[in-house]
Amino acid sequence: MFSLVAFIPRAILQGMPLLFGCTGETISEKVGSLNLGIPGVMYVGAICGVIGSFLYEQSCDRQVVPIIAVLIPFLACLAGALLMGLLFAFLTVTLRANQNVVGLAMTTFGVGFGNFFGGSLMKLTGSAVPSIALSATSKCFRKSLPFADDCGAFGKIFLSYGFMTYLAVAIALVTAFVLTKTRVGLQLRAIGENPATADAAGIDVNKYKYFAICIGCMIAGLGGLFYVMDYANGVWSNDAFGDRGWLAIALVIFTLWKPNIAIFGSILFGGLYILNLFIPGAGMATKELYKMLPYVVTIIVLVITSMRRKREHQPPEALGLPYFREDR
Amino acid sequence: MSAPANREVAVSLRNVTKTFGSVVANNDISMDIYKGEILSLLGENGSGKTTLMNMLAGIYAPDGGQIFVDGEEAVIRSPQDAFDYQIGMIHQHFKLVDVFSAAENIILGMPGKMKLDKKAILKEIRETVDRYGFEIDLNKKIYEMSVSEKQTVEIIKVLYRGAQILILDEPTAVLTPQETEKLFFVLRAMKDHGRTIVIITHKLQEVLELSDRVAVLRKGEYVGVVDTKDATESSLTEMMVGKKVELNIDRTDPENVRDLVRVEHLTCLNKYGIKALDDVSFTIRGGEILGIAGIAGAGQKELLEAIAGLQKAEPGSSVMYRAIDNNDEIQLLGKDVNDIKNLGISLAFVPEDRLGMGLVGNMGMVGNMLLRSYNEGRGIFTREKEPRELAEEIRDKLEVSTPNVYTPVRKLSGGNVQKVLVGREISLAPRVLMTAYAVRGLDINTSYTIYNILSDEKKKGVGVVYVGEDLDVLIELCDRILVLCEGKVSGLVDARTTTKEEIGLLMTKYSGDHIAKIDLTRLMEDEEAEVEREE
Repeated sequence: MFSLVAFIPRAILQGMPLLFGCTGETISEKVGSLNLGIPGVMYVGAICGVIGSFLYEQSCDRQVVPIIAVLIPFLACLAGALLMGLLFAFLTVTLRANQNVVGLAMTTFGVGFGNFFGGSLMKLTGSAVPSIALSATSKCFRKSLPFADDCGAFGKIFLSYGFMTYLAVAIALVTAFVLTKTRVGLQLRAIGENPATADAAGIDVNKYKYFAICIGCMIAGLGGLFYVMDYANGVWSNDAFGDRGWLAIALVIFTLWKPNIAIFGSILFGGLYILNLFIPGAGMATKELYKMLPYVVTIIVLVITSMRRKREHQPPEALGLPYFREDR
Repeated sequence: MSAPANREVAVSLRNVTKTFGSVVANNDISMDIYKGEILSLLGENGSGKTTLMNMLAGIYAPDGGQIFVDGEEAVIRSPQDAFDYQIGMIHQHFKLVDVFSAAENIILGMPGKMKLDKKAILKEIRETVDRYGFEIDLNKKIYEMSVSEKQTVEIIKVLYRGAQILILDEPTAVLTPQETEKLFFVLRAMKDHGRTIVIITHKLQEVLELSDRVAVLRKGEYVGVVDTKDATESSLTEMMVGKKVELNIDRTDPENVRDLVRVEHLTCLNKYGIKALDDVSFTIRGGEILGIAGIAGAGQKELLEAIAGLQKAEPGSSVMYRAIDNNDEIQLLGKDVNDIKNLGISLAFVPEDRLGMGLVGNMGMVGNMLLRSYNEGRGIFTREKEPRELAEEIRDKLEVSTPNVYTPVRKLSGGNVQKVLVGREISLAPRVLMTAYAVRGLDINTSYTIYNILSDEKKKGVGVVYVGEDLDVLIELCDRILVLCEGKVSGLVDARTTTKEEIGLLMTKYSGDHIAKIDLTRLMEDEEAEVEREE
């Protein structure tokens, strides 16, 4: 029996990693940097959080202090993602390497990096199953409001999540506000549309690009952390994160580069992604068809926006292009 | 229109020199710009007007010499520096973000409160707008705007940043007569508010109509400055084109002249829907070189492209080609580019970006030869032997200096790239060879190589079309010169008897015609209203 009250929280949990990734990628794309390394960044963010949490849990024999159990993986994740962001920015902004090539390389690297350290940790624990369980840390991450259970369906749908779900929504809202309503946002968008114009207006193009790419990567990295600590109950197994990074990039297009729309878009994508589990009697093959839905929806949105050709709904004009001042 | 009473100097240039590679764009230029005047900077294409002003705007840094603003030496390294000296430049290619509104573009990069207070910003800009009498919707997106509206946004942007000195680069090139009229009104209003205005132009009528003084540049040299009230069209033309220079190009008398291409009533629209060519008629003859003179953007590009099949012509136009072996005439309009090429009509267009059209930068000479003949081979494999032989032949004959014929052409110098391009077109043994700006940016020796190639083609009976900028060369090289002005034919002269002054005047024959039609009474009324607003 299909139950909306059961389905929606699952869809939201499924959507939040996408929302983190999508918000991060949007910030990056708004300054004209098409960062296809986001899936890799999310992997790196996740494994860095796992390593930090693993070391902490080992050191205190699983008697964790909640605030420290949250902070250590959180900061480790941000640091890992930041390094990825700096790498991407250095290669594409300073050295003006091709963004697509660097991005794809970083995704390959990030996945390998995650699986390598994931495998190493498994070896350290010597466990029989090919996964690492960080249940104590995960419990801290998943702690919801104490009265959520008493609020019936409302509590289940809106209050039953760990803090990172609300963080994702807050980050998306703040990002949307900054991009559209502030001077910094105006300058960031100008760089993505027309870097020469921004430069002529006295904006330090490279500084802003570094800034946006790094912030974007850090936000995306949190998506990986959320997946392991919240969605997967603290269990890391290699390759489990799957293609969620690519889905996040598709979501950027689907939401027309607007993080506030992405809040609903991510839940929709999350719902479509797990719809097959809630359709009774769906076979293995049909399930795969259901998993295709987010991509199909993205293609439909692309077709519609291209046909309408409304300028506001097009990607930033200088997306993917390096900028040389000497070209003026 | 009188000169300013107090001749206080706003900007002085002293011995300013700028070179690009071996080309000297500005040579030892010293001039003053007075406060509160409208100064026209006049000169032909490539005379260095824009380069000179770009140094004030912080786009280029001078190689030598000094710039003084308000009597103090100024070092201007970036547009931001220029703004700090209250200098603002409105470039020919607008620097605006298309998806932003006018207001957003105007405040871009300006300091201020982090949160954008739309109302306060609009109010602030509105003050500037009202003071000078602009008509603009500040909430309109740039991509919805006409060229003239975009220009207005650029001007407001510069004024909003507090610029006292405004430089406008060819501001009327893209405007309709009515829009030009409006712009002049605004410029005068700005002058009345004490702003200093420099306008870069080559339209004589506008110079006489608008400015207080005229400074003239020729081939990177400063010729002089005159008060507009003492100047006439012909005196300015003479300053612009200078004395005739002897070039000693080997020109033979045309032999076996026959009509090849008859262009009749050719009309083309540019992308803005404005007539780029207006009822153009002339004949290209085999055995002679037809020069085409005109100010940049007078329709030269569209003319060559229309004949080559790259440009759509309006109904009523006709381009008839008479084949060599029989007397049948073939209509070229509407034909496919490749069909036209196979008829022996070759376009060696040398645009500003030589590699953009015609050659692939990352390919060597051989690969570029192959581009023209790839569909002649049989099967799916390319044949490399013939293109390689051709490349080697061109290299030897035209003295292309390249490590080998496989070196990517983008690594060659400009002159050598041009030789490759022209050489390839000639190798096709065309009946009609059209070139545009074939010697732009080349040194003297290479230029002569190209002139000789064209003269040789002429001797073979080819109809050569040479679009050029240097009037001395046109007069020495060509047999007849067609002069274009604003898309219309303003004259067809015999190159052996004409003078530079005659061509210079023809080049600007129609420009500024509209100015005479300005309704002066309406302008006066506007000005009165302006005064009232001030109070």
